[in-house]
Amino acid sequence: MTLANVLAVIMWVGVTAYALFGGADFGAGFWDLVAGRAEAGAARRTLIEHSIGPVWEANHVWLIFILVVMWTGFPGLFGAVASTLWIPLTVAALGVIGRGSAFAFRKSVTARWQRRAFGAAFAASSVITPFFLGAAAGGVAAGRVPPGVGQGNAVTSWWNPVSVLTGALAVIVCAYLAAVYLTADARRTGDARLVGQFRACALGAGAVAGLIAAVGLAVLHAEAPTLAHGLANRALPLVVVSGVAGLAALIVLFLRRFLIARTAAAVAVGAVVWAWALAEYPYLLAGRLTIAAAAATHSVLLATSISLLAGAVLLIPSLTWLYVIFQREPRRNVAAPERTPAGG
Amino acid sequence: MTILATVAATADPVAARSQMGLSLAWHIILACFGVGLPGLVLFAEWRGIRTGDPVYRLLARRWARALGLLFAVGAVSGTILSIEMGVLWSGLMSRWGQVIGLPFAIEGIAFFIEAIFLGIYLYGWDRLSPRVHLAAGVPIFAAGIASAFFVVCANAWMNAPAGYTIVHGRLVGVDPLAAMFNAATGPETVHMILAALMVTGFGTASVYGVAMLRGRRDRYHRLGMLIPLTGGALLTVPQIVAGDWAARMVATDQPTKLAAMEGLSRTTRGAPESIGGWYSGGQLHWALRIPDGLSMLARLNPHASIQGLDATPAADRPPLVTLVHLSFDTMVGIGFGLLALGLWLALWWWRRQDFPGSRWFLRAVAVSGVATVVAMELGWITTEVGRQPWIVYRVMKVANAVNPEPGIQYGFWAVVAIYAILTVVTIAVLRHLTRAVPVPTEPQDADVESYQVT
Repeated sequence: MTLANVLAVIMWVGVTAYALFGGADFGAGFWDLVAGRAEAGAARRTLIEHSIGPVWEANHVWLIFILVVMWTGFPGLFGAVASTLWIPLTVAALGVIGRGSAFAFRKSVTARWQRRAFGAAFAASSVITPFFLGAAAGGVAAGRVPPGVGQGNAVTSWWNPVSVLTGALAVIVCAYLAAVYLTADARRTGDARLVGQFRACALGAGAVAGLIAAVGLAVLHAEAPTLAHGLANRALPLVVVSGVAGLAALIVLFLRRFLIARTAAAVAVGAVVWAWALAEYPYLLAGRLTIAAAAATHSVLLATSISLLAGAVLLIPSLTWLYVIFQREPRRNVAAPERTPAGG
Repeated sequence: MTILATVAATADPVAARSQMGLSLAWHIILACFGVGLPGLVLFAEWRGIRTGDPVYRLLARRWARALGLLFAVGAVSGTILSIEMGVLWSGLMSRWGQVIGLPFAIEGIAFFIEAIFLGIYLYGWDRLSPRVHLAAGVPIFAAGIASAFFVVCANAWMNAPAGYTIVHGRLVGVDPLAAMFNAATGPETVHMILAALMVTGFGTASVYGVAMLRGRRDRYHRLGMLIPLTGGALLTVPQIVAGDWAARMVATDQPTKLAAMEGLSRTTRGAPESIGGWYSGGQLHWALRIPDGLSMLARLNPHASIQGLDATPAADRPPLVTLVHLSFDTMVGIGFGLLALGLWLALWWWRRQDFPGSRWFLRAVAVSGVATVVAMELGWITTEVGRQPWIVYRVMKVANAVNPEPGIQYGFWAVVAIYAILTVVTIAVLRHLTRAVPVPTEPQDADVESYQVT
């Protein structure tokens, strides 16, 4: 494997992690949006706040990681993607600001109208951001981003059938992952109604995501034939894995095996992300820019790969501790789990 | 070259620069608190564990709560900068992204560590033993300082580009370490890290200074003011030394910027140090001049020759000389003002073991927070506007770095609107945090334990 491929894999690990973890945080915002009126949705909103509160900032860093690895390892790719897709990326950036700050603000205020306003901003931007990031990814997948700085169409590069579909798929996949993860979190609270609600959400979102993905394959066939060809051939095993894991996730959700459902759902989504990469390989921009051609000089690839792998030695145990600590019950129960709004 | 020419013809560098400038100027205030505040929180928590004193413990919790809010807003306002690097400066990044990439990649790791341990620290306050909890906070502080170092490395490269080989217009070799540790790296990173800690110190102290002016003189408010104020005041001395180091680096490597900072129109032997004034028509008017001062400061020799703006072709000079000159002077002035404030405190402490009782002292403390932020922003204006028209000094002009896609000025207006809202709301929520749960005159253990950090 060439060094450029190593860095491409590292970047794609980042994309996968952002989809699985960051995606679920956006999905949680989606369920916050549809949780209903203040009283009826209070239990769901509290669970969402507790679940994503400690982890969303760490999960969010994956986005920065992807951008940095892209501009360091594949500067031409970064320049081409960011210049042509400046509209969806700017909207996504503003969505990121709205989501993160509104979430932090909502926890800090007590007046009901303020909590509502920040909640609405948090939830709306949790839908806007994955849509535009998904649409941008769809533009790249559909081959609408030419190499070079600002060579593509600033509008049709992300407002086209494939992009709209991938945008919608991103929103629903985030919602699906969040619902699956939250079902397991809800079980720990011991609230059977909450479990039932998120289980229903997960089953529904999973079915819709599967449906959109199936329609997506048909759209890809017409709009992005090279990618469709890759998915139907080289990447076919991963497409099958995704389908099987997705179905399995629905079945075990139905059977209330929520922890297995988490893994199955993550495999289903992760397999799609890697199927896309495998179908396009060795191209980064469909048919026009290969990994080798876009790669930085050897010394940069080497220094960056070594730094990131060394960083992984620090990151993996730290991230594990973060996730494990909040999956356990509190050691001391000073902070009562049932908080008043003022406690948030 | 034809592509570059087209880029320059269609691009909108003014909108792009305004958007980047606004986003950076806004984010860096939050970033300063993200770097410095963990240090204050850890100090208070450590004192609280050692002494069991509820005042320290309550300070730690309340500062931690503010940290949680500021870090969240800082994390997301920093993200838009990464996106803007490509969305606005695609020309810069597609050519030079790999040369300045290494410090950004390492900064990414550092930022990960910050975010992970901040989650553990804030939400684990009542889940971990006090010692483990305190230890979990240390990586936040260390990684915050490391992040600041690596990000500023990238900016330093734009001032003193190094570590690359160009053959026939193509980038053929990169030495990432030489690029990272360029001539500007040392002074710029030290100057900025100290600035971040000072913004936190004086900024936090000023909140308590205001409360004291309103009559709260209890121990909680005294400590809340004195701990950060002492930290900020102690750092003022090394900061002035670092500033002098940075200015001397500019004198050697970026003489045009130095000439703009000083409003020096002609190359002069025994150049005076000019304070204040107005630059127009190729001359600095109404400035206070200290004979031979600039030659002395920049070269340690009163007869040394200092390069003026006239040595640089007009097209390669920064356009806003007055802005650069006055920004620089005001920054230096505020720095010495903060030094004076620190000396005032030190003198009283030495003679009376207390801070000055005068209301003027409290007024000065109350103003010092905003003043420190202003000085830090003016420093960035000095270095960024002073480098114009270059984005990479003597290598790439801003006009060739910008994204040529039409319409990016609309992005600027969207960012203005969002940041206007964000400014108002952040201040309102911070004020709410200080008032929602009032601080008792004599905090007890129960007040500490009932205060929610998250």
